[in-house]
Amino acid sequence: MNATTRILITALMCTAAVACSKKVKEVPPPMDTGTTAPVTETAPPTAGMYGPGDLDTDACLRQRVVYFDYDQDALRPEFQSAMACHAKYLRDRPSSRMTLEGNADERGSREYNLGLGERRGNAVSSALQANGGSGSQITVVSYGEERPTCTASNEDCWAKNRRVEIVYTEK
Amino acid sequence: MKRPLRRLASLFVLALLLPMAAMAQEQGLEIDIVGGNASALPIAVVPMPYQGSGAAPATDVAGVVRADLDRSGQFRGLPERDMVERPTRGGEVNYPTWRLLKQDFLVVGRVVDAGDGGYRVEYELFDVAKQQRLLGFAMTARANAMRDVAHQISDAIYEKILGVRGAFWTRIAYVTASGVGNASRYALMVADADGYNPQTVVRSGESLLSPAWSPDGRKLAYVSFERGNSSIYIQDISSGARELVAAFRGINSGPAFSPDGRSLAMTLSKGGNPEIYVMDLGSKALRQLTNQMGIDTAAVWSPDGGSLYFMSDRGGRPQIYQVSANGGGATRVSFEGSYNADPSVSYDGKKIAVAQGNGNNYRIAMLDRSLGSPRWSTLSPGSLDESPSFAPNASMVLYAAREGSRGVLYAVSADARVRQRLVLADGDVREPAWGPYRQQR
Repeated sequence: MNATTRILITALMCTAAVACSKKVKEVPPPMDTGTTAPVTETAPPTAGMYGPGDLDTDACLRQRVVYFDYDQDALRPEFQSAMACHAKYLRDRPSSRMTLEGNADERGSREYNLGLGERRGNAVSSALQANGGSGSQITVVSYGEERPTCTASNEDCWAKNRRVEIVYTEK
Repeated sequence: MKRPLRRLASLFVLALLLPMAAMAQEQGLEIDIVGGNASALPIAVVPMPYQGSGAAPATDVAGVVRADLDRSGQFRGLPERDMVERPTRGGEVNYPTWRLLKQDFLVVGRVVDAGDGGYRVEYELFDVAKQQRLLGFAMTARANAMRDVAHQISDAIYEKILGVRGAFWTRIAYVTASGVGNASRYALMVADADGYNPQTVVRSGESLLSPAWSPDGRKLAYVSFERGNSSIYIQDISSGARELVAAFRGINSGPAFSPDGRSLAMTLSKGGNPEIYVMDLGSKALRQLTNQMGIDTAAVWSPDGGSLYFMSDRGGRPQIYQVSANGGGATRVSFEGSYNADPSVSYDGKKIAVAQGNGNNYRIAMLDRSLGSPRWSTLSPGSLDESPSFAPNASMVLYAAREGSRGVLYAVSADARVRQRLVLADGDVREPAWGPYRQQR
């Protein structure tokens, strides 16, 4: 499917939908409609599907770093949309694989920070799976405080280092 | 107190720079000494001249001994310039001179030829007030082992006067890091306890951490990221032969040899959560010691091998716990401070050094359980201090600190009075581990 067709289909879907303002190509999770109404197919199999090219162009998919608060592994609400689109990518491309690289800031024990990095990786993994991604496509690796992106000892820097990086190993 | 120490420090650095000028930048540690101890015992270590007929040894034996004793915080060496007399043997000692200089102890000696191009160091230790000889020994060594001889003399003096075995003739392991991103270079190093004779054990483009000594001092276990994920290796220091012992899915970290050298404790998260395991190094069979939600890591053995101390955040914040080597329930050991990490246990099992966090301040603290009720003391000024490691006689604690954006090491006396800094000229030094007593081979 080339980009033109995809845009066209997306545009058609948008026209059909009541409110389709989101740029993110999220397919709403199947709703529990009760017992009477039969569930209809939401979209044709190829419509609105992500392809490898979207990893470089789609604003949501390009968001591949998830940041965390000090000593925390809870996902901040602002990263929910990124979780949804990366989960959709995993669903759309069952052959794709990703590694979640968990990191911590430099404070405290290196050994403990390895654990903290893994916890953060697991938190992102859980969020992706909650959004329909498959655990078999995801590998979590913790680097603890060993791979800082920023080396000054201040809060600015620490906040940049408390992160999980989403790395697609198979697109 | 400050002045002689500073002078000593500059002597130290000079002596260090000369032989190391030709070495790679990652190898040399520079040393200086911070602070002083007014109640330290005054001791005069008189220069020990070479009285042979060949080439004089490059090592200033008395200078090494003096520096060792100074670093311990227990002694205060008389500066060489204040030595108005320079006896080299007992018969030449004039006690009133040393009493006048307010010295409690006096060390004299000389270096002579031992044949085969080796040297013989003859030395004596005196109690100035009692006018009594406490030690009189001779040691033989090749030219390249003269520092080893000097450290062994320091150990003998330390033990004779304080009744505690000296730990000067020991080695330390540490990790150096330089460059950023793809240009990062790491090295696992071993050096004498005073930073001399550095030797590269492992070089890597990926991070190395958590070196742990085997009880015989011949091997190091460590964590490497060279395979992409953390994995644990055991490496023979002199031959370089190494073995991959743990590369499971998830975390493989925190190795610690059991006191009998037959088992290796480690942290593995292959079961989904970081737990403490013990591997039998013969069969490679694993036993899981902990099973609890929360991060359990950084295990170390009690000296009798009967239990392990580790850190866990099962109660919310990281604290130190103790578990039997046979498994079962763990009991909490640390109750002061909101963050206690990286335990190191003294040889008698009575003291535990930790990295203690309070907000943004991380300091080295020591829990002493030799008295009735547990007592805490603070060993470092903080702010990002970590990875404490006891000397084998528990007289000093080696730890990592940050200065600006670089990592440095400190060795602090257990009474926190004297600190010695070990700095790399260009790059970080971190993850220190003090090795066991060395054995005569």
